[in-house]
Amino acid sequence: MSGLNKAAARRLRSNPAAVFALYAMLALAALALLGPWLNPNSIEALDWLHVATRPGLQGAHWFGTDRLGRDLFMRTLAGARVSIGVGLVASVVSLVVGLSFGAIAGYRGGRIDHLMLRMIEILSGLPLIFFVIVLTVVFGRNEYLLFVSIGAVGWLTMARIVRGQTLSIRRREYIEAAVASGASASRIIVKHVIPNLIGPVIVYATLSVPQIILFESFLSFLGLGVQEPHASLGTLIAEGAGEMESAPWILLVPGGVLALLLLCLNLFGDGLRDALDVKES
Amino acid sequence: MFRYFLSRLTGAIPTLFIIVTATFFLMRAAPGGPFDQEQALPPEIMANLESAYGLDRPIWTQFGRYLGALAHGDFGPSFKYKDFTVTELIRQGFPVTLELGLIALSLALSIGIPAGIFAALHHNSAADYATMSLAVLGLAIPTFVVLPFLGLLFGIYLHWLPIAGWEPGSIRHLALPTVALALPPLAYIARLTRGSMLEVLRSEFIRTAFAKGLPLRTVILRHALRPALVPVASYLVPAVASIMTGSLVVESIAGLPGIGRYLVQGALNRDYTLVLGMVIIYSTLLIGMGLLVDLLYAWLDPRVRP
Amino acid sequence: MIPTLRIDDLSVSFPRHGAAIAAVQDVSLEIAPSECVGIIGESGSGKTQVFMAAMGLLSKNAAASGSICFEGGELMRADAAALNRVRGSKLTMIFQDPMTSLAPHLAIGTQLAEVLVCHSGLSWRDAWNSAGRMLGRVRVPDPERRLHQYPHELSGGMRQRVMIGMSLLCEPTLVIADEPTSALDVTVQAQLIELLRAMRHEFGMALALISHDLGVVAGLADRILVMYAGRIVESARAAEIFSHARHPYTAEMLKCVPTLSGPRLARLPTLAGQPPQPGEISEGCAFAPRCPRVAARCRSERPLLTAAGAASVACHFPLPA
Repeated sequence: MSGLNKAAARRLRSNPAAVFALYAMLALAALALLGPWLNPNSIEALDWLHVATRPGLQGAHWFGTDRLGRDLFMRTLAGARVSIGVGLVASVVSLVVGLSFGAIAGYRGGRIDHLMLRMIEILSGLPLIFFVIVLTVVFGRNEYLLFVSIGAVGWLTMARIVRGQTLSIRRREYIEAAVASGASASRIIVKHVIPNLIGPVIVYATLSVPQIILFESFLSFLGLGVQEPHASLGTLIAEGAGEMESAPWILLVPGGVLALLLLCLNLFGDGLRDALDVKES
Repeated sequence: MFRYFLSRLTGAIPTLFIIVTATFFLMRAAPGGPFDQEQALPPEIMANLESAYGLDRPIWTQFGRYLGALAHGDFGPSFKYKDFTVTELIRQGFPVTLELGLIALSLALSIGIPAGIFAALHHNSAADYATMSLAVLGLAIPTFVVLPFLGLLFGIYLHWLPIAGWEPGSIRHLALPTVALALPPLAYIARLTRGSMLEVLRSEFIRTAFAKGLPLRTVILRHALRPALVPVASYLVPAVASIMTGSLVVESIAGLPGIGRYLVQGALNRDYTLVLGMVIIYSTLLIGMGLLVDLLYAWLDPRVRP
Repeated sequence: MIPTLRIDDLSVSFPRHGAAIAAVQDVSLEIAPSECVGIIGESGSGKTQVFMAAMGLLSKNAAASGSICFEGGELMRADAAALNRVRGSKLTMIFQDPMTSLAPHLAIGTQLAEVLVCHSGLSWRDAWNSAGRMLGRVRVPDPERRLHQYPHELSGGMRQRVMIGMSLLCEPTLVIADEPTSALDVTVQAQLIELLRAMRHEFGMALALISHDLGVVAGLADRILVMYAGRIVESARAAEIFSHARHPYTAEMLKCVPTLSGPRLARLPTLAGQPPQPGEISEGCAFAPRCPRVAARCRSERPLLTAAGAASVACHFPLPA
């Protein structure tokens, strides 16, 4: 196992795009976290003297201000914090759900697997947004609902991958031997199945993070996501789109940050996939 | 061949039925109703409204009535747009969304596939890396970021294209929205085609084709292309789903009067019948697309045919 | 008389982990018009790569040197257009596995007719008809129906007949058959060998028959070349090889072929050891580790292919004639 990781780490390091992406992401995350200490402006303060000013490094507001005089630098960093935070939490949720679902389906096999697979297939066919919209109509705009629906983005693919891997592992002879010798199902799963799943799981978890952040931004953009007073990058972009003609930086700054974040996540995920040489079955 | 299609069709209808039923009951079972507003209406008026819209009947009756109306193409009245039925709204907006989506899909296929073939033929060259890098950009950056950026560049700074609004038959208004909508599937199709083509070119039957002295163009177009497109065919349904999702945003930003806009509004206004109607339309489209793809498989790979 | 195929000092190597692994080393051979030459060797002996080089089908990362002349024209540095004029028409190849060697999505008729359309300038209708006639000549029953079918609808033996027919459409001067029967049942094997014999008789083309199986080659070849570790180690008339092989490797191989006549043996004879991996550089003779006649000189000095009567052997201590 460690041999595999060393070779993979070497391959990853020799991939310039992935390395750049990793550093860029870390820089962005650091900036998002430490931002408040770098810049005296607050997120909420309305600076009536500097409404909709252009960005300028000399002035008080580095990235300019929005229509209400709020500092864009701070707002963008705060938005980045929200987007990344929601993304990570929802990713963990989808990871756990997908892993469990896929492992159970792949391990049990037979009718249960068949049923679960059918569920995955039907749900995969529908664009998630419709699901969310229906739920929004039913339950109103609710932040917990947001987490649930966003977490629902990644788990389908994860479940499918995990199921495939589990099925093939399950059939290996040493597993049959373990079952025959009376080892309990949970013990087998923990000791044998899960270590073999780590590679693909890491890759797809990493690849699902940008999908999730994208989806959250999408929902927030449409007004179905994060609610006031919180604002994610998606919300900020929606505001900026409205001001596009008069104050384009209100759109460009959060838009650029989101684009950069997603690009880096995708590049890194691709690099990881190449390094671990995981293929979709 | 016809029997194959028929069997696929009969498989698809139950799925659609499940979707309609699930959505219907889900929405009816929700707390609150379409008439809850900031100011509560007097109970008599509420009762009248509910009776007019049939909301006071038992839920099974409501479902039955809904299905019956559906069979006649009647999606019921919109709860929020009081003067319109959902059917009318659909009839107004659907052609716009359809035009938008079809153009975007055509762009994605007609640029994505050749780009992928080009990259595969120039494997590991600078052109290959450049194409694939552009593809990553197209994939990663969300549509609702791309469209305003494009609008900023082409609309406001260069004044070449309008950024919003729509006139029937106008291509200029559709230019930016369709491009923004097409970019993510385009990029994915390019990557998919490239990978698939590279793999097919390693096949033994391609070696035979070269051994027969056929020119490169013939080998690629007649021998390699159809097998290489199988993964792209598989992607068509997710591509349409992606375009549908993107159209919600594009219609909102660009002010296009399509049904995507209604769907979003319906969600924000808790307009049951509208949302239900839209979900049905979109689901039918997707399922229809799935059937088309099944037919496409049979053409691409004769082994699939019964 | 110009030989149909003449190869001089062909060497083919592939890069692996930075080093160049030699698959073919200094191979020279000639095939006369209408001659059938059998090329025998184990996997990794380089026998297939020699003819891949001739057909211009080496993988892109291969490095090849030497000269390959087909009917007087140099193939090694020919451009794609010149190569495409020759291959598929006058110089054709039959591959080992007919299931994977035929395009799964094109009808048999299309795959046959396109050769004629491309090389002989026929119209599709005429080419299709000629293809049907060819199917008849390679003994495929009900050719009209078969033309419209797809490879997966045919049996393995029939698919290989199609491949044979495909190689004969433009009346080639040399057909290269790379393990044409290895993927098929023994009974089908015999039929196909018989078909190849009949086609040689009808068309009169030269045939390069590559195989690891001496039995396949026995009935057809005029001359046999034996390859080991990328080099030719013996070349002689077929009858000579079978009656008295000169090279120890050939002799050992012949011993391993079970026969119906002869005494019952307690164990089947085998050849101990493995051929060297491509890239294992050894001084001296590559067969030395496994040779029953090995001496000190064998390990230090590589034997060159030298003439011995009408044959050639690469051995310091060849078996007596």
